[in-house]
Amino acid sequence: MAHDTAHHQESNTKRIWTVFVILSIVTLIEVVLGILKPDLLTGTSFLSMSLLNWIFIILTLYKAYYITWSFMHLEGETKGLRRAIVWTAVFLISYLIFILLTEGDYIYEVFKANHVAWDF
Amino acid sequence: MEATVVRTGTEGKTWGGGNEPLKASYGKLMMWFFIVSDALTFSGFLAAYGFSRFKFLDSWPIADEVFNHFPFLHGVDAPMYYVALMTFILIFSSVTMVLAVDAGHQLKKGKVTFYMFLTIIGGVIFLGSQAWEWKNFINGTYGAVYTEGGNILQFIDGEGHRVALADIAVPEASERVEHEARSGVWFESERYLPSYSIEEVKAGFANNSDLLIRTQMMNAEGEKTILSREESIAKLDAEAIGVVEGANLTRNEYGPPLFADFFFFITGFHGFHVFSGVLINIIIFFNVILGTYERRKNYEMVEKVGLYWHFVDLVWVFVFTFFYLV
Repeated sequence: MAHDTAHHQESNTKRIWTVFVILSIVTLIEVVLGILKPDLLTGTSFLSMSLLNWIFIILTLYKAYYITWSFMHLEGETKGLRRAIVWTAVFLISYLIFILLTEGDYIYEVFKANHVAWDF
Repeated sequence: MEATVVRTGTEGKTWGGGNEPLKASYGKLMMWFFIVSDALTFSGFLAAYGFSRFKFLDSWPIADEVFNHFPFLHGVDAPMYYVALMTFILIFSSVTMVLAVDAGHQLKKGKVTFYMFLTIIGGVIFLGSQAWEWKNFINGTYGAVYTEGGNILQFIDGEGHRVALADIAVPEASERVEHEARSGVWFESERYLPSYSIEEVKAGFANNSDLLIRTQMMNAEGEKTILSREESIAKLDAEAIGVVEGANLTRNEYGPPLFADFFFFITGFHGFHVFSGVLINIIIFFNVILGTYERRKNYEMVEKVGLYWHFVDLVWVFVFTFFYLV
């Protein structure tokens, strides 16, 4: 397509390698934390989830940002396309997660607190 | 046919048609449609996994104990290393893919070919790694027994190390043969016969006073509960009804059956995406070699399969987090 060939003429190789280094470092941090599992992070709870899990999820979203923005080239698309992709997914997925995790927690409480024998 | 042409008076204006507000080609937009809907499918799976995990919050297996194999390191406890390696392979093949797209923008056929080739190799290595991971998961390491309620009981020695069934069971002259459909009613057969019967395991457990039972329940410190010797014997005698080795869709030695079900389904569905991604990459790779895009003076097809390939990598980033880290 003719629209943004001018933008594409120069090479983005340097940026690609930078993103690769960022993704690798973030993955390494995740792996090291996953192996060490520092007591400070596993013991502290924030919004009923351990701090370590929050760190993992935030780092994952950080990686997802770089993959979509740089590798999938969302940063070069128009604002409209970007928003159509990102917000559709973000809204629907947050809703689904909220509903299912709430329900899962409820069933867990039922298992635990009600007169249901399951350990036999 | 002058008469049939309708003039609306909006030609050249915003609503006059011929506009491309998103400034992207048809093919690319359709690829994005597909990716967003596929992302929702995967989120559905992962959210369902989260649901089951929250439901069995205090009896879910600890990933580090399940996925702790590494090639050529037999018996060495290596949590995370292998899956980290797989993640690097996939990220790197994503990088070579985006380098191919970048070379395509500059119409450098040789470079596109080379990077596409590396991407395909990366994808194949990833698939092989996943097969190996599945093999370990399916075969299991230690084996366990299951109770009537479907719970898993694992064995540990005095130092808290896991003990395999092979080290416990006292083999008796086996009277059980695998029941096949041809020796009875045609629709009745059993999947497989475990290496040891529950009686052999029980006998071995009674002989060795060192052994204890570990239940799948998590204590306050996030570790699995270990029963005392008396409790262990009582529980094993009263409740254990069968032996389980490795994992299948109905039962696994790690914990709740849903754990294995979701592992097979989600990593399998992702693996299927990688597989089809490799196939599509191969098709595009040959088109590049044949010069199809060189003649078109346009390598956008490479960009479109690139979008798919990066999406597969994106999904793996989330699978990695929710299956292995969290």
